[in-house]
Amino acid sequence: MLRSNEQPEAEMAFGLVSAGDGDAAALSGIRMSTKEFKASAWSKFGDRLFGLAARSFAILTLILLAGIILSLIYESWPSIREFGIGFVFSTDWDPPMEKFGALIPVYGTLVTSAIALLIAVPVSFGIALFLTELSPLWLRRPLGTAIELLAAIPSIVYGMWGLLVFAPIFGEYVQPFLGATLGNIPVIGALFSGPPIGIGLLSAGIILAIMIIPYIASVMRDVFDVTPPMLKESAYGLGCTTWEVMWGVVLPYTKTGVIGGVMLGLGRALGETMAVTFVIGNTNFLNSPSLFDPGNSITSALANEFAEADPGLHTAALMELGLILFVITMIVLVISKLFLLRLAKGEGAKS
Amino acid sequence: MNLLKRRKLVNAIALTLSLAAMMFGLVWLVWILFTVFKLGISGLSLTLFTEMTPPPGDDVGGLLNAIVGSLVMVGLATLLGTPIGILAGVYLAEYGRFTVLGGATRFINDLLLSAPSIVIGLFVYAVVVAQTGQFSGWSGVIALALIVLPVVVRTTENMLQLIPDTLREAAFALGAPKSVVISKVTLRAARAGVMTGVLLAVARIAGETAPLLFTALSNQFWSMDMNGPVANLPVTIYKFAMSPFSNWQDLAWAGVFLITLGVLVLNIVARVFLRVEKIN
Repeated sequence: MLRSNEQPEAEMAFGLVSAGDGDAAALSGIRMSTKEFKASAWSKFGDRLFGLAARSFAILTLILLAGIILSLIYESWPSIREFGIGFVFSTDWDPPMEKFGALIPVYGTLVTSAIALLIAVPVSFGIALFLTELSPLWLRRPLGTAIELLAAIPSIVYGMWGLLVFAPIFGEYVQPFLGATLGNIPVIGALFSGPPIGIGLLSAGIILAIMIIPYIASVMRDVFDVTPPMLKESAYGLGCTTWEVMWGVVLPYTKTGVIGGVMLGLGRALGETMAVTFVIGNTNFLNSPSLFDPGNSITSALANEFAEADPGLHTAALMELGLILFVITMIVLVISKLFLLRLAKGEGAKS
Repeated sequence: MNLLKRRKLVNAIALTLSLAAMMFGLVWLVWILFTVFKLGISGLSLTLFTEMTPPPGDDVGGLLNAIVGSLVMVGLATLLGTPIGILAGVYLAEYGRFTVLGGATRFINDLLLSAPSIVIGLFVYAVVVAQTGQFSGWSGVIALALIVLPVVVRTTENMLQLIPDTLREAAFALGAPKSVVISKVTLRAARAGVMTGVLLAVARIAGETAPLLFTALSNQFWSMDMNGPVANLPVTIYKFAMSPFSNWQDLAWAGVFLITLGVLVLNIVARVFLRVEKIN
């Protein structure tokens, strides 16, 4: 609409320029004024339209989150009404009998994520320490990129590799070793008992750890990098060792950012689907506390059953699992974001 | 042992462990890439690109329908998600930098950026598949576009904020209206960064499986009908890798190789692209 209005003006300008090729310099003034006119026409309507479009797409992002939550609640309503709060504490999962409970998938999700954090946090700290303090300058960028590439590998690749390459080796060498050593300690030993079959909660947790290391490590590296050099140099000047500077000065200074990064990794681990589905074993039984046992997570239950679920209570129960996952993840991510924002604010105040 | 010696020992142990952690991270990367390349390259053949996915037990076959289906869906999702994402990013950086709406959108967008992709699949299932009554290529495209969106919003906003305000002020001083300042000056100055964001978003959705499981589903046959199930690489890999047939597993490795190669190339191109543009 607007374009068709401007068209004659633009053509006139071109006509003028091409007609008077000889003294284009004199005519360039006219062309300028035509452009100004165009600009003002734009500003009347197009400018507002552009701002409006940008604004409405920003609002769309807001609506999206509300839409996800509302549609999940709506779709899972039959299950919420049928099972109430007991859904979360029941271990039943019997589609033909229409009895559903979320305890086993929720347990699987929480346990695998906990294992992942237990491994990933110290390793990420080590990597960030290496990248900020130890690595020669010329190696920093390539090593940092290599770690970030771990995050770029699609999760289905982790899954297939985990199932066909990692799990057999893990079951044959590592699990018997863990069973023979850690398995004999009182209390903890129960976690490392049972037949070593490769797939199971522990394998899923380890694969998750590899997947979230790049997220936690890069946040840690970034926040370590913003520590004022003055602080570090003062500590070094007092005779501190590198480790004492990291542990006593840098880590306390950046702790909110570090917690934010860990929470970000946890959010990723909770919602990870394909890698877990491949290696967790996908069974809905919980017979022993052993981490060698196969299990199920919220995401693997959804990936396995949803496409073939009967409409009705089965679909609704799976939707409720999705809702539980979404709510847990959102809480974790909100905490992560708040911590990271606090660091950003503190930084602004101090500098 | 005196204190100094002990402190030095602690330091040495800690730094050794840090080196070990770095090696730990790299070992997985090398191991995974090595396996994928070794098994993937041995599974590569011309029939991979000329034949359809085989039925169970069949010895021949390729991934043609899955490859094409994935390319089409990723392409359409990028076309759908990018303009919306760029405009929303423009709003955050140029209009709503200090407004409540801007702050809220920025916060929510960061949450969506890390939201589990399988939940996006559930959402699209609920609002598209359940309403139309069938799995469809379009629903897969929408699910992927919803994953592209927050990535593009975030990078666009970050890149626009790096543009110095003096550039904006100079353009305003020449009498340019805001939309012209944004489209002709700031977005143009930030285009390398924005392009990087788009490339990274494409890399992210290229391997996404979870949101496609209940939207595009998959299809054993050649089908370009976007209103029905469309074959795609990730779901085909999932199905084939879990199967007991060695022929299917070989095809899955070849598919994994193609996706990994594509994603790595996109990532490296995006990084190099950004750095080259920054130097210029």
